[in-house]
Amino acid sequence: MEKQRYERPLIKKLESSMPNKFGTRTEYVPMTHIDDVAVKDLIDKYESPLFVISEKTIRGNIRKARKAFENRYPKVQFAWSYKTNYLDAVCRTFHQEGSWAEVVSGFEFDKALNNKVDGSKIIFNGPDKTEEDIRKAIQHNALIHIDHLDELYSIQELATKAKKKARVAIRVNMDTGIYPMWDRFGFNYENGQAWDALNKIMRSEVMILEGLHTHIGTFMLSPNAYAVAAGKLADLAISIRDKYQHEVKYIDMGGGFASKNNLKGAYMPGADMNPTIDEFAEAITSTLINSNFKPDKLPLLILETGRALIDDAAHLLGTVISNKRLSDGRRTTIIDIGVNILFTSFWYDHKITPAQPFTQYTEDTVVYGPLCMNIDVIRDNVNLPLLNKGDHVVIQSVGAYNMTQWMQFITLRPRIVMIDTERKVHVIREKENLNQLLEFEHIPDHLKDFNL
Amino acid sequence: MHIKSDVAISDSGFVFVPATGESFTVNPIGAAIIHMLKENKSVEEVSKQIFENYKTDMATVEKDMNDFVAMLKQYSLIDTND
Ligand SMILES: Cc1ncc(COP(=O)(O)O)c(C=O)c1O
Repeated sequence: MEKQRYERPLIKKLESSMPNKFGTRTEYVPMTHIDDVAVKDLIDKYESPLFVISEKTIRGNIRKARKAFENRYPKVQFAWSYKTNYLDAVCRTFHQEGSWAEVVSGFEFDKALNNKVDGSKIIFNGPDKTEEDIRKAIQHNALIHIDHLDELYSIQELATKAKKKARVAIRVNMDTGIYPMWDRFGFNYENGQAWDALNKIMRSEVMILEGLHTHIGTFMLSPNAYAVAAGKLADLAISIRDKYQHEVKYIDMGGGFASKNNLKGAYMPGADMNPTIDEFAEAITSTLINSNFKPDKLPLLILETGRALIDDAAHLLGTVISNKRLSDGRRTTIIDIGVNILFTSFWYDHKITPAQPFTQYTEDTVVYGPLCMNIDVIRDNVNLPLLNKGDHVVIQSVGAYNMTQWMQFITLRPRIVMIDTERKVHVIREKENLNQLLEFEHIPDHLKDFNL
Repeated sequence: MHIKSDVAISDSGFVFVPATGESFTVNPIGAAIIHMLKENKSVEEVSKQIFENYKTDMATVEKDMNDFVAMLKQYSLIDTND
């Protein structure tokens, strides 16, 4: 007789007050393949855990986003937000799709140059630009988005010294009806700071005001907030035109569109609730078109969309290490994915799907990572099918902010592969090894030897 | 160790305890184990049977059996007299 597939025995008390979930989980299917490549084969070949990026999904996302804006507005430019995911293979996919680069540090600026992005198509944001960074940005004709007055004065000084004009914009923060208001970056609209900075730039001989920038927050759920922000930037641009007869070339609305992930504490799943890119596009473009720009003088619209373009293009594969029961009877599952490589588990209730067939029986489970640390919780309560040791799981929508904010902690960082549009698998980042880490360390002579 | 004699189990894995009115569901392998325990098989015998019928290893079976029997005890489905 052929042996049957094993599933651990389960008994569950039926509470009359609770609906019985048995037999109703048809919406829940195993995720055995990603872009037609078997999860099992990926883990066999590249080990567990493993990040898997779908090139097809990235291209699909950016094309859809471009279409949403370009169908509504004549001049649109996306700039890939490097900090969201700055793996070169990912950045270059976006650059092949026409996106410029948006960076927030000298390191990211160098990465964009290294990816062969022309300096004039790099947007340099952020509060920390060193003198060296500013010099480099001026030399490469980059678009410098000024965050504070100290930076403005540095640019004035360094551009004068370099005898070269700096192409600048200011970042504007404002009340869009969203709480909390991100007023720590840039110059405030309501209290006149923004005007003060703009007057200084317009009087400068060495700065050219190219555009106006804002980034109102991240994981925004309100298209209307973007309409308010676009309206305020449009007003600023028109006032500059009237006062100085100077037309800014672009309005940059930053990033922040929500992805389809589930924010912790949200009542409804993100996929059902979060606005679509079309709704954001409609709010922004209709505001600009209805503002007082002459129809033939509409500024270029720049978007620095990050997470909404990359979140669902990456999966994290892992393996069950053990099942345990806590002292209060709760079921726990330990997997080999820790919070050190899945930073977003602090914000999101990530969807975890088994990678092999399972029955309709489920159990409420706490999912822990492998770190010997109490904070290492991937899901604090999730209804999961019964998983055995060695089973594989797929954590979905992990493309944004994980592969940049991950850290080497207790475990080393794993490989990242990309499945191309022909279903070919490429390793785009190797797993770390001990020697690489030891290269950073120095042992003082007197600590070299010991006897135990 | 015995399953309490009044504990009834249906083919579909529905467990009912007339004395308390409580009901439970079990998955097929859980049902198989309860049936065997009701036939007065020992935990060791049941574990061996499971190992022979399913694609798994003995360590997993023993660990899962321990946990399952502990849950049966917690739900008072087992006679604690013996
Ligand atoms: C200036 C700027 N642009 C773009 C982004 C990308 O944002 P998101 O990933 O929310 O679209 C960020 C991230 O916070 C940012 O600070």
